[in-house]
Amino acid sequence: MSAWLRHHAQSLRQTLARLAGAPFAALANVLVIGVSLALPLGAYGLLVNLQGFSGSLPTEPQISLFLSRGGARPDVAALEVQLKRAEGVRAVRFVSRDAALAGLKRAPGMAEVITSLRDNPLPDAFVVTLADGDASSAERLEKQFRALPGVAHVQVDSAWVRRIDALLRLGRTAVLLLGTLLGFALVAVTFNTIRLQVLTQREEIEVSKLIGATDAFIRRPFFYLGSLLGAGGALAALAIIYLAFALLNRDLAQFGPLYGVEVHLRFISAGDAVSVVFFASVLGWMGTYLSVSKHLYQIEPR
Amino acid sequence: MSQPAISFSGVSKRYPDGYQALADINLSIAPGEFVFITGHSGAGKSTLLKLIAAIERASSGTVLVNGQNISTLKAPGIPYLRRNLGLVFQDQKLLYDRSVFDNVMLPLLATGQPHRDAVRRARAALDKVGLLERERALPVALSGGEQQRLCIARAVVNRPGILLADEPTASLDAEYAETIMDMFRSFNQVGVTVLIATHDRSLIEHGQPRVVTLGHGRLSP
Repeated sequence: MSAWLRHHAQSLRQTLARLAGAPFAALANVLVIGVSLALPLGAYGLLVNLQGFSGSLPTEPQISLFLSRGGARPDVAALEVQLKRAEGVRAVRFVSRDAALAGLKRAPGMAEVITSLRDNPLPDAFVVTLADGDASSAERLEKQFRALPGVAHVQVDSAWVRRIDALLRLGRTAVLLLGTLLGFALVAVTFNTIRLQVLTQREEIEVSKLIGATDAFIRRPFFYLGSLLGAGGALAALAIIYLAFALLNRDLAQFGPLYGVEVHLRFISAGDAVSVVFFASVLGWMGTYLSVSKHLYQIEPR
Repeated sequence: MSQPAISFSGVSKRYPDGYQALADINLSIAPGEFVFITGHSGAGKSTLLKLIAAIERASSGTVLVNGQNISTLKAPGIPYLRRNLGLVFQDQKLLYDRSVFDNVMLPLLATGQPHRDAVRRARAALDKVGLLERERALPVALSGGEQQRLCIARAVVNRPGILLADEPTASLDAEYAETIMDMFRSFNQVGVTVLIATHDRSLIEHGQPRVVTLGHGRLSP
């Protein structure tokens, strides 16, 4: 047991020494893996940010009813009762034109514009929350509400939120596909790297077999090498994305004063980063396994 | 009588290209024996040694090493067989990218010796072949005779019961060859079974060792 542990420590040391001995070759390999992992990982990071953004929006379908402004003020109370009674409606909220104006005044940059207005241009409105996200029931209600007296305009608000959701789902699938594809690339890269390493260490492997080293003993340093390559590649990918996000955030920061919105990309969470490093080293291990099973047995002492 | 260290019964070896290297070899070597295997080049000396270390497998017949049947030995068992064999090769098979000391350490690390013991034993083996002062050198910096001594140190560092040497003095002058042979004799004196394949009959004159002669893959009477 202690001999086994000792050999693991020794294999790791040996592998690190070997990597340090050829730092540019090691760096090139790590970068190849890093760049290929950075693509799906970066896309994933952006998606998580988008999702966070769309998550803050109401996803329940809503219909806004704007009442006509001119002429007699419609009977708000009667309308509210009618709306509440309609099938498929969960909640009804009345927003008076004064409340809407006050809300608009609070938005940065709008106060000046509004105070320059002579009178309130906003209509009274109802915000109707629907019981389900079914598109057909939204459509039916939209038609029904349009026919109500005193209603000037009806708008289904939730459609674009659902569109974003669908797009995000598409994006997630794309990231998953890309990630899977580049996971295979990682396996292929380690497969090839280990193959070259086996060939350069041909003599050492042959001699090791002759002096009574077991296959497990001979394989172990290669597994460390493959896993380290994977983990190193994942760290490189994280570094690339960190840099990219930092640059994007610098540019996004300029939107703040211009549009009055705070847009800031958050870096991939620590948990996600740890899993990426873990999976990359597992993939490196797999590439090594395939390579070693194929190539180590071709080297037999003669 | 105790079981032989090595025994061949009815062993033949035919290579895939049809070349018959060994034919119907019957041979028994007792523990602690010192045996020369001679014959012209291509007589099958190297093949005979390779069959013992399972580097080659017999086409027919049975090879036993310490009672273990090598002909039926499965791949996972081979490392454990070789740990009890010290191998000295004609082409040396040293690792030229590491020091003399690290070359000798290799078998100890492969068998999982504790580091402190391994260092001590590697130094002892180098001392025995007179290379202790050169332990930091790279093998290329050694002379031909010193490289051969390094091979011997690596072969004996794990204290094998059987030492197999294939033309260990091939590239050495006569005087140096005698020094190498003295080393093999001293290992034999502490109980190691020694098999040396050589075409150089002048080595054999010293003492009266057992000589096995091969000719065209067969044992000569």
